[in-house]
Amino acid sequence: MNMIISVASGKGGTGKTTVAVNLALSIGNVQFLDCDVEEPNAHIFLKPAIKEQYKAYIPVPEIDDSKCVYCGKCAEVCVYHAIAVLPGQDGKKGTTLVFAHLCHGCGACSALCPEKAIKEVNREIGVIEIGEKGDMQFVHGCLNIGEAMSPPLIRQVKSYINPTRTVIIDAPPGTSCPVVTSVKGSDYCVLVTEPTPFGLNDLTLAVEVLRKLKIPFGVVINRSDLGNNKTDEYCRQENIPILMRIPFKREIAMAYSKGEPIVKVFPEYKKYFQAIFNTIRDGKFS
Amino acid sequence: MKQIVVISGKGGTGKTVITGAFAALAKNKVMADCDVDAADLHLLLQPRIKERHDFRSGLSASIDKKICRQCGKCIAACRFSAIKRGGSTSGGDAIGDGFVIDRISCEGCAFCSHICPVGAIKMEENLAGEWFISETRFGPMVHAKLGIAEENSGKLVSLVRKKAKEVAENNNCDWVIIDGAPGIGCPVIASLSGIDYAVVVTEPTLSGLHDALRVIEVTEHFNVPSRLVINKYDLNPDMSKKIEEHCAKNGISLIGKVRFDKTVVEAMVEGKTIMEYKDTPVKDEICSIWEKLQA
Repeated sequence: MNMIISVASGKGGTGKTTVAVNLALSIGNVQFLDCDVEEPNAHIFLKPAIKEQYKAYIPVPEIDDSKCVYCGKCAEVCVYHAIAVLPGQDGKKGTTLVFAHLCHGCGACSALCPEKAIKEVNREIGVIEIGEKGDMQFVHGCLNIGEAMSPPLIRQVKSYINPTRTVIIDAPPGTSCPVVTSVKGSDYCVLVTEPTPFGLNDLTLAVEVLRKLKIPFGVVINRSDLGNNKTDEYCRQENIPILMRIPFKREIAMAYSKGEPIVKVFPEYKKYFQAIFNTIRDGKFS
Repeated sequence: MKQIVVISGKGGTGKTVITGAFAALAKNKVMADCDVDAADLHLLLQPRIKERHDFRSGLSASIDKKICRQCGKCIAACRFSAIKRGGSTSGGDAIGDGFVIDRISCEGCAFCSHICPVGAIKMEENLAGEWFISETRFGPMVHAKLGIAEENSGKLVSLVRKKAKEVAENNNCDWVIIDGAPGIGCPVIASLSGIDYAVVVTEPTLSGLHDALRVIEVTEHFNVPSRLVINKYDLNPDMSKKIEEHCAKNGISLIGKVRFDKTVVEAMVEGKTIMEYKDTPVKDEICSIWEKLQA
């Protein structure tokens, strides 16, 4: 069975992309999805050849003024306040205003308009690029500047999931909707943390998210020699497997800064990442 | 009164460390933590909570199984795949008979409640988190905790901002110092309105630069002036130089560089801001940044 493995963290900058990229480069038959659409970085390390590019849209309402009678039904059903209706007065026509950036694309207004005066049109929210790096398939999304909502774009990136491959998902940081949308449906999630108070605080939040979603998970401790041993204690108490420790090395930091994967600079790391994958695949955690 | 927010695009570049240092340096200020889904500033400032409030926001659908006839209109209408038919599985768990709402997928649009022919679907308000007004050794702080896997972080950020501003006005404060979220989406956008300066913290990596440039574009989009800081600049001096050149060429205001120093992590472990911890050149570098921000 091909698994979907997501890589998430709670705290940003702990090494999600590092782990996701190096894991993907260490095993075969992989499809890589970068779901951190606000700040996608995996392409910097994988340097895939982009073969296809699509604009990503969400459907938003467009009002047909010739049919609209300004009854206000659309504004009433829209919980996002994306439509306002000013009724006509003294024989003057009314106005129906659409605030497209507030629209979640639920489709309620167009379906419920009694006059059938609303049709849906596409609003661009970002782009999706599909490429390959050697045998690896690569997909990422890039949210347009000024766009607030990333989940619709994340869902569209995930619509390209290839069930014939091991799918590695690079998730955004945090614990709210963008993360949930990214990791949902994964068979396993690797949580990357660092052994600092900030890292541990955010790890515990990420653990709560995964328990709520009922996704099995394990932890990679990055920069494992900076900070304290509280993260180890926490994992032991909570029975969370520690999959790998990556020590802080200036050479690794330097390679990262230049967009080079660890396995390129330290090829011996390939077997550690393969070991993580085998552990996850076989479900054998020590 | 001036409001500044510390953001970065990329996570983990040092936003909260810098915000904590500003909290120690600024006089007569209110702190606000607007990274509401992974807040960390409290670990440096140890707030004593004085007021605690529920954050109610957004809706979730709920189906009354006694009324539901399982006609399937709601399932066809829902664009977020949030309604499941009984007997199917969700997250590996079999769900019982009847239709079930997956609250995590539900966006609260209420479309289903409007089209249900028998009125079996009601919308309920979510308890989406908590927010607090606290006291710290550096002055008042407003912060929040978004519920696990909840939505509407942007609204919670706006609420924290509003309350922090009120506290600042009531106390005639000179500064509201805000720790922002990573990324460029709704919590970041909500943290930018009415801001005097956005301090963008980056690191000398390709990812750090790529992400900082995107978030600077966002600040420009909303007409907020930005000031760039390169943190851990000595981890790759060549890359730092490239960032400096890029700033000079593109009119980005670079106001300082901070070196990599393990002392910063030690201070964090002690629950202190770097300004309260042992001597390190990092302190002087952050002081100089703070002076430039006041100028």
